[in-house]
Amino acid sequence: MDKVIHFKIKRQDGPNSQPYWEEFKMPYAPQHNVISALLYLREHPVNTRGQRVAPVAWESNCMEEVCGACSMLVNGVPRQACAALVDDLEQPIVLEPLTKFPIIRDLAVDRQKMFDALIRVKAWVPLDGSQDVHEPAPRISPADQALRYVYSRCMTCGCCMEACPQYHDHSDFIGPALFGQVALHNSHPTGGFFKADRLHALMDPGGIAGCGNAQNCFKVCPKDIPLTHAIGELGRQTTVQWLRDLLMK
Amino acid sequence: MAKQRVVVVGGGLGGLWATLRLAEAGHSVDLFSMFQVKRSHSCCAQGGINAVLDIKGQHDSIEQHITDTIKGGDYLGDQPPIKTMCQDAPGLVHTYDRMGVTFSRTPEGIMDQRLFGGVKNRRTCFAGATTGAQLLYGIDEQVRAHEGGGRVRKLEFWEFLSLVLDDQGVCRGVAALNVRNMKVETFRADVVLLATGGAGLIWGRSTMSTNCTGAAAARAYQQGAKFANGEFAQFHPTAMKGHDKLRLMSEACRGEGGRIWVPRKAGDTRLGRDIPENERFYFLEEWYPAYGNTSPRDVASRAIVRVTRHMGLGVRGQDIVYLDLTHKSREFLEARLGGILDMYQTFAGVDPYTNPMEVFPSMHYTMGGLWVGFDKDGQTGGMARISPKNHATSVPGLYACGECDFAYHGANRLGANSLLSASFSGRVAGDAAAAYLKNLKSGCDKVPDSVYDAERQRQAEINQALLARTGGENASTLHHQLGELMQQYVFVERDNAGLDKALAGIAELKERGRKISLDDKGNWSNQSLPWARQVQDMIVLGEVMTKCARLRDECRGSHYKAEFELKQPEGKFAGDPEYEAYTEKWKANNERWLKHSIATHTPAGPQVEYWPVDSSVMPPTKPRDYR
Ligand SMILES: Cc1cc2nc3c(=O)[nH]c(=O)nc-3n(C[C@H](O)[C@H](O)[C@H](O)COP(=O)(O)OP(=O)(O)OC[C@H]3O[C@@H](n4cnc5c(N)ncnc54)[C@H](O)[C@@H]3O)c2cc1C
Ligand code: SF4
Ligand code: SF4
Ligand code: FES
Repeated sequence: MDKVIHFKIKRQDGPNSQPYWEEFKMPYAPQHNVISALLYLREHPVNTRGQRVAPVAWESNCMEEVCGACSMLVNGVPRQACAALVDDLEQPIVLEPLTKFPIIRDLAVDRQKMFDALIRVKAWVPLDGSQDVHEPAPRISPADQALRYVYSRCMTCGCCMEACPQYHDHSDFIGPALFGQVALHNSHPTGGFFKADRLHALMDPGGIAGCGNAQNCFKVCPKDIPLTHAIGELGRQTTVQWLRDLLMK
Repeated sequence: MAKQRVVVVGGGLGGLWATLRLAEAGHSVDLFSMFQVKRSHSCCAQGGINAVLDIKGQHDSIEQHITDTIKGGDYLGDQPPIKTMCQDAPGLVHTYDRMGVTFSRTPEGIMDQRLFGGVKNRRTCFAGATTGAQLLYGIDEQVRAHEGGGRVRKLEFWEFLSLVLDDQGVCRGVAALNVRNMKVETFRADVVLLATGGAGLIWGRSTMSTNCTGAAAARAYQQGAKFANGEFAQFHPTAMKGHDKLRLMSEACRGEGGRIWVPRKAGDTRLGRDIPENERFYFLEEWYPAYGNTSPRDVASRAIVRVTRHMGLGVRGQDIVYLDLTHKSREFLEARLGGILDMYQTFAGVDPYTNPMEVFPSMHYTMGGLWVGFDKDGQTGGMARISPKNHATSVPGLYACGECDFAYHGANRLGANSLLSASFSGRVAGDAAAAYLKNLKSGCDKVPDSVYDAERQRQAEINQALLARTGGENASTLHHQLGELMQQYVFVERDNAGLDKALAGIAELKERGRKISLDDKGNWSNQSLPWARQVQDMIVLGEVMTKCARLRDECRGSHYKAEFELKQPEGKFAGDPEYEAYTEKWKANNERWLKHSIATHTPAGPQVEYWPVDSSVMPPTKPRDYR
């Protein structure tokens, strides 16, 4: 082989198995990204010791950084592997699964707890049903829309959770992505009617008080979601809610 | 009767809408998806969703939307459902707005609308450059609320394998594979809905997500569901090349002044940006002076294939042409096309502000799909809003909606009409399934266990056989070869000799598909196993599409065979004898071919018959004339 792409991949056969490293080399071609290279290796799963092995397991769908499936550590950085161009990466390219979620196999992890948390914070705008009510939704200014749009691009990929020092196995901290989602729904004209429910979820143990303000989350978000801004805003909102709850007692 | 059970397979826009309607009607829904539904392919759509709101003083009308959709589909779409879809579109997008979807706004704070391909009026609602994702998130959140309330149970990371049919042939549930522990289980259901999306992967690579294999529809087809209009697939003229996916470069690039060209000298080795102006061949501008670079999708795609494959002028001798925006200022491009150009930069690793982009036509949308019926409303001429006949497949108890069905788009779909059809059809199909449940005499609780056990056994045995086989074919290799055949012969231009070659090639692949063996023999999260099965099912569906294309000897919408093109006589108009003769030929052709092709599975391959199209809203009386 002339020019090659060299991978060093942290593998694990199942949730309770021991991890191990395996290396692969494949012929170089321009414009490969990490997932397209993994697809090549699925067809030619031969490691650098010449053994034909079970192909690496991973998750991906959209191949254009919108579905959030393919998050992993690429050379140590949590990011979308489909948007990680081989030509931009130092070799050997080191691939590891995200560390904050239970491992399914190899690079595939179980991010269900992020989705469960979306239920916990009630991240939706309550409707009286999906039927046509023959009245348009409330108006939203272009400026408010622009801010909401930034938050609404969250693809629940988990990169921010990976980067957050407070989010780990031994903590019940809900994690940064959820703050973006609460900010999004609280800012909606009718979603805001149920602001208190979401804020109470964040005032529970594991909520916003768990944030150590390290700001790592914002730096890794592939969608540039201003999570630290959301945390600041929700800090204020929860304080107001706390006072309001006191008065209502 | 015991509590009724519902299975929805697929959590894109279609499946989530169906789930929401059923949950609201009080049913408990089991929602299956191969991955978290939020990651469904619907999230890739960028452009927008059509609905006549007429906010720009253009006197846009629902009638016009209906007309555009029918004509865009070259009259092959059943018209009553099209009519009702267009009528219900404004209410549907307002419902999305109520869900909190972040639609782009006018200065007055109402939903903005933009212009999209194939129409004259600004009719497309959009949310920045991620409309599909925003709509998907909106409906996903509503379903999540019901999940929180216990009405919806999500079975994510489960792959649908087959229908469970009782001895009457009624669908009574599904068999599915848990893609983590690799166990097959059956699930009882009184009604099943498939919303499993498009089938771009049959062409190897496409603009679609890499899970859009069409395998689920292929499985239902092999169990008796009829597959309609398989020959109709839309090819987008400008997609990036890629090892994994052909990423869409939106029509907006051409709309904003992008020019398509190739070097005049075959095999020119210079970089595009170094080739001087007089050595560039702007073939769309030369061949189609009236429309130039903004020629319609099918015209542009065919021209690109002609210049590369017939004239040998592709960039570096390959299937590539340039889409060039470098003559525009950086500020202009950033403001108008920033998101799209960023994507090119990210995935090609080349700066599109200073280099012409390399593109080629790509498979983009499947108009064909599982045949579904509708209930015509005698009063309105549209589709009855609630009826168990709507979106029912040919298998009793099985419904289909979204891109995996064949409805609404006829022979070609209009831009921004499929986020609409996926949503609308999901809503209608959910209501239809609820109506079916109301009328159902005997439920799945009466079906003996043995029926379910047998199906589970059958599926488990298929898996075991695959796991046990050694030294056979590689699934990915077969997939590439299928893609090559489809790209070569079942593409923007077709001819019968080529289609015969494709059919022969597919027959061979089918045979080799039976010999696939796996590199992974494990029973935990074994991704090779479902992939091998999907590849086999793609071959089956590829055969249906190719066979239908072989049989249809005419040009209609996206289906083009030069040999059968009816050419408008140049310089002649209605009243001229030549033109009248042409009109007669056109009518005779419609008489023969304005029909749905309906494929039925047999062990020897697809049997194809032709069913009438309901043209009652706007019958085709005279040929289209764009002059
Ligand atoms: C790049 C691109 C851009 C587009 N842009 C636009 C646009 O601007 N406007 C527009 O109107 N349309 C657009 N479209 C088309 C539109 O996005 C799709 O037609 C539409 O989203 C399809 O939705 P769906 O619900 O039918 O399927 P999908 O969103 O594909 O969902 C399919 C679901 O089925 C599930 N599934 C599939 N098979 C199985 C199985 N065997 N077992 C279990 N689950 C299964 C998947 O898990 C998934 O949840 C675009 C398409 C592409 C490719
Ligand atoms: S700012 Fe808070 S949420 Fe973000 S990384 Fe730091 S601790 Fe985690
Ligand atoms: S906030 Fe950003 S990093 Fe976190 S899950 Fe959402 S998209 Fe991913
Ligand atoms: S595959 Fe969808 S984000 Fe990478």
